[in-house]
Amino acid sequence: MEIKMVKRIAVVDVDLCVGCQSCMFACNRRFGEAGLARTAIFVQSTGGFEHGFAVKVCRACREPPCVKVCPTGALTKREGGGVRLDYRKCISCGNCVSGCTIGAIFWDEVLDKPTVCTYCGYCVSYCPYGVIKLEEVEGA
Amino acid sequence: MTEASVLSKVLYVDLSNKRYWIKDRGDLFKERLGGTGAAIRLLKEECREGTDPLAPESPIILCVGYLNGIFPLASKTVAMFKSPLTKNLGESHAGGRCGVAMRMAGLGGIVIKGKSEIPVYLVVNDEGVRFKDASALWGMSSSSTVGRIIREREAGAGVRAIMRIGRAGENLVLYAGVITETFRHFGRLGLGAVFGSKKLKAIVIHGRTSLTLRDARGYREVYEELFRSFTKTSLMKKYHELGTPMNVLPLNAANSLPSRNLQRATFEGATALSGEAMSERFLGRRAACAHCPVSCIHIAALRVPYETEPHFYKTKMISYDYEPIYALASMLDIRSPEGFLQLMDRVEELGLDAMSTGVVLAWATECMEKGIVGPEETGGIVLSWGDYKAYIEAVERIAGVKGEFYEALGKGVEYASSIYGGEEFALAFGGNEMPGYHCGLATHLGFLVGARHSHLDNAGYAIDQKLSAEGRRAEPSELARMIFEEECWRQVLSSLVVCFFARGVYTPEVVSRCLSVTGINLNPEDLKKMGEDILREKYEFKFREGFSFDRLRVPKRVTEIPTPRGFVTERDLREGIKSFEGLLKRRISAGMP
Repeated sequence: MEIKMVKRIAVVDVDLCVGCQSCMFACNRRFGEAGLARTAIFVQSTGGFEHGFAVKVCRACREPPCVKVCPTGALTKREGGGVRLDYRKCISCGNCVSGCTIGAIFWDEVLDKPTVCTYCGYCVSYCPYGVIKLEEVEGA
Repeated sequence: MTEASVLSKVLYVDLSNKRYWIKDRGDLFKERLGGTGAAIRLLKEECREGTDPLAPESPIILCVGYLNGIFPLASKTVAMFKSPLTKNLGESHAGGRCGVAMRMAGLGGIVIKGKSEIPVYLVVNDEGVRFKDASALWGMSSSSTVGRIIREREAGAGVRAIMRIGRAGENLVLYAGVITETFRHFGRLGLGAVFGSKKLKAIVIHGRTSLTLRDARGYREVYEELFRSFTKTSLMKKYHELGTPMNVLPLNAANSLPSRNLQRATFEGATALSGEAMSERFLGRRAACAHCPVSCIHIAALRVPYETEPHFYKTKMISYDYEPIYALASMLDIRSPEGFLQLMDRVEELGLDAMSTGVVLAWATECMEKGIVGPEETGGIVLSWGDYKAYIEAVERIAGVKGEFYEALGKGVEYASSIYGGEEFALAFGGNEMPGYHCGLATHLGFLVGARHSHLDNAGYAIDQKLSAEGRRAEPSELARMIFEEECWRQVLSSLVVCFFARGVYTPEVVSRCLSVTGINLNPEDLKKMGEDILREKYEFKFREGFSFDRLRVPKRVTEIPTPRGFVTERDLREGIKSFEGLLKRRISAGMP
């Protein structure tokens, strides 16, 4: 049987998250930039720090809703789960942002294009508490 | 998108006319890096000599620096203002998300002046400022409710800061603070009262920009090194695991933890309120400031039964740190952690500074003990050591300015003792209430000469601890020199704006490297020189506003209780002050009286 290495970012235990946002800054740093405009992972409190945090990142759906609502075929299914984005086909309609059930597609205001996780795992190495990990997509 | 080497925008807000404008002050940030260095310049520009700190023309300055949003633990914002408590330099640093939010909104500084006719809150982002009616939020008994309401009404979840005041700030209690992200504070010296005087209830700031670096590859390399230092070495362990309350047991064991208004230097409840016990019994969650992997914010979960309703409980999440444990537990001899947490909770909700509140209440309790004040002054409340319920009632009255006595307490311990007596045990330095260290001469010298009269100015206590560990004595002049050098370097860190907890990692060499990837070339010597210059500018402001080293009051109490390094004498303190003054004078060309 052929072994495919299709990866995704998995949220292991969100209760370990302290809200430091190191993952968000890491994602942006992939481009050699500091800040948050281009990050594809997002951490926010669930109604104040006292209630803990939510981690929003693409979970590599097998049947991604974002693909279904993309009118130009810019977003396509990745084999085994998740999506790929072809910027050349994207018309910046924003359907994918509202179409993602878990709110894991973000918007790059400068490019005026969506920001979608590429499953590279760079963020994972900057999570000090093991909240997220890069794992193989099950059954892929 | 902005180049990281450009930090230039200062937002000016006029609350009287509901107008705002932005000025390019790139020169200022180039010369002074931001934070403290930029803020003291803006304060001098905006605050005329002799300004009443609570008058409309009195400015609020907020500044971030070059490293905010770029490197880890550069998570702080500096506030500068004229302190209503000391009537002199006011400076306060907060974490939470405000430092990153300001930088990500493209701002280096914010200057707020004027006074609104009605309560307002400001929404600040990269599109500008909105003035929102805060009438319905004014007078609320809980500052966390104010935060929740604003959270639900405004955008920017995840990348915003919500700074707000409580009732204490509205009512101009002179040591009211500003709370940000529920658990972090612009504490000390009364920024909350300055907000209140302007009818400014809250500021929401959010932004999500990206900053390009001159040396992108170098940036990732330096970042990686720093991140590993913060997460994989033992350097941050104490902040990381137990948080600042890990200091409770060692300070207590060393006879350095003030209790009962420093009638003692050990606390009977130290074990129950230690970082270890608090973690085991109450720690419910840990949290971090934006862009800080250390997560020193420790939040207790306290389950409290309703006294009148069976089978009804509330669970409150209450942040605790070393300083509040010192001020609101040890100083008041509250040995019950539940009692401390409930008092802490009210202090937070009312928006009081925990340290000043604890010291003021400790003084008031000793006054009652000695018969200097009685129930007729306190409105029938009997303040006695350990009685946290009485203290909760007292803080409600302080924040509500209920009665002459509580009004006086709300003006600080120096003022209250000037009315009622008991100056010899009124624990304030330069008008600011005492922090939780009684470690030796350098500790108290540090409080006296520090530009903010805060333990954070120069950490004199750490010098005492270090010398004790080395078994070494030092002359007052030597201590003054060590304090001076530390305070100078801290001006650089607070200009960047790096958390002081990271000072072991952000050495002059490391800071120099961090700046170079943003395109700013300053060598370690340049940086140290800049630190001295910034401290000088702060002192110039202090002198202009009437500060004098000779008029510093030494509370007699600190000389009566031995420290681990023996008794502190007024003579040694005066000698140390003279030495510090000499070091400063050598470097100040003008402005010295």
